[in-house]
Amino acid sequence: MTLLDFARGPAIHASLIILVAGILLRLVGVLMLTRGADLSRPRDAFGNFKGYRTVLSRAWPASEFNAATVYQTVMAYIFHIATLLVVVGIVPHIEFITSLTGVSWPGLPNFIGVALGTIALVSLLALIARRLMHPAIYNSTVGDYVTWIIVALPLVTGLMAFAHVGLRYETMLALHILSSALLFAYLPFSKLMHAFWFVFSRAQSGLAYAHKGVRI
Amino acid sequence: MAYEPTLGDVMRSQGVSRRAFLQFCSATASLMALPAGTATAMAEALSEARRPSVIWLSFQECTGCTEALTRSHAPTIENLLFNFISLDYHHTLQAAAGDAAERALEEAQHANKGKYLVLVDGSIPLLEYCSTVAGHSNKASLEHVCADAVAVINIGTCSAYGGIPMAKPNPTRAVATGDIIKDKPIINVPGCPPMPLAITGVIAQYLTLGRLPELDHLGRPVAFFGENIHDRCYRRPFYDRGQFAETFDDEGARKGWCLYKLGCKAPVAYNACAHVKWNNGVSFPIQSGHGCIGCSEPGFWDMGGVYESVATGKFGDGAKLGTAAVAGAALGAGAAVLARRRKREVHEEEATEG
Repeated sequence: MTLLDFARGPAIHASLIILVAGILLRLVGVLMLTRGADLSRPRDAFGNFKGYRTVLSRAWPASEFNAATVYQTVMAYIFHIATLLVVVGIVPHIEFITSLTGVSWPGLPNFIGVALGTIALVSLLALIARRLMHPAIYNSTVGDYVTWIIVALPLVTGLMAFAHVGLRYETMLALHILSSALLFAYLPFSKLMHAFWFVFSRAQSGLAYAHKGVRI
Repeated sequence: MAYEPTLGDVMRSQGVSRRAFLQFCSATASLMALPAGTATAMAEALSEARRPSVIWLSFQECTGCTEALTRSHAPTIENLLFNFISLDYHHTLQAAAGDAAERALEEAQHANKGKYLVLVDGSIPLLEYCSTVAGHSNKASLEHVCADAVAVINIGTCSAYGGIPMAKPNPTRAVATGDIIKDKPIINVPGCPPMPLAITGVIAQYLTLGRLPELDHLGRPVAFFGENIHDRCYRRPFYDRGQFAETFDDEGARKGWCLYKLGCKAPVAYNACAHVKWNNGVSFPIQSGHGCIGCSEPGFWDMGGVYESVATGKFGDGAKLGTAAVAGAALGAGAAVLARRRKREVHEEEATEG
């Protein structure tokens, strides 16, 4: 069995099983722990609605924090959007998703894929640079750096494979798939789970504040 | 001893001009990245070369490799060079049969001990009764003939890596030559079939320079197998622009767009098809509208479906993912129930203590 056969066979298969099982384990495990509704009379009649609204309204920091946070907010947005477009936009990824689900859609031209991947990587570097330069703000743990590496690896290997640079294509492709497998297996049990938690955590704070009549 | 014609004599008798022969030598020398000036030296050396002893062993194969060399539309220099060397023993081509053929093999082996080349096509079954010639199993013949050989050249993917006979479930327990012969230099010229120029290029280099070519990590001559087909493909610009044929009869296919989505294995295949091409440079599979099947790679038959693209995952159906989802949800629910129970117990304990 070659490295590529291993990567796109057992490795990616196992990682997807861990990903799906892990996400549901975390979601169900945590959501079942939520408390019941607050029975006190809400201060704001539209409290619930306003609470859910925070899922979107908290997508950008309040203007008071603009000066302090604009750099990482913009970089984080660029990173997330570019990564998302690469993940669902380039043809090899679509082919992979189609082989798994049967669903398919038109892909982006390769040069756009390379550009988006590069943008994602550069923004990720910009974010780690800030983290390294301002240790007091981030108070980073080893896990933060491990997570950064696990996120960066598929981007680096993917860009190299896609642009046919570095090692032989089949090796780069295998490394790309293996690094993605690592990301999939790691996601549910790390801070990367924010991909799901952000909805619940924002809604929860919004609801709690709105119930008490806090302006949000 | 009877006069043995040189390769030059054979070429001249077949009406090959010196100019055509020099062109062939230049092309071979430049393809193999040999130093400038080698072409003329190669032409001189080749035209003076006397027939080297070559024993061709055919095992579990389809004769397609021999066909590729001998069935070109007109006699080519590759073809003539091949005819020139392959006279001692070759199942398909030799005139002799039965005992006479086996005697020719023994004679060639004794007369040229330590000097002859063994060309192998076909894989070797470890279930030895699956393929025998003249009462000898393929494995026994290979070991016997290779014992006094100078080198082994595997012609085709079957002898180089096992090929189709070794594809799952491998009913004959087929293996490659290199799995059995460990003490001789082995050159793999894979392909299903291999490119005629790659076969003769290796032989021409051996006849001219007396040495074997530089090999890659899979034992293939770098000169012919060092390039990725995708990198050399004339349809590469369409790949870069994201223009793909979706089916074999759509507009993209008619316009000659990239065949990646139709399962082309060029990105993971290394061969000279895209620049040397087949049938005297007429075309190659991708140019003819079909994706590369990666036939020069080990295990190509088990690399996934011919029409599944390289990026496709190999995990059968998604049923296991559904099971995983249910299992994950159950585990999560279990963990939550346990946590709640623990919390209640702690509360009760606190209440009792309070």
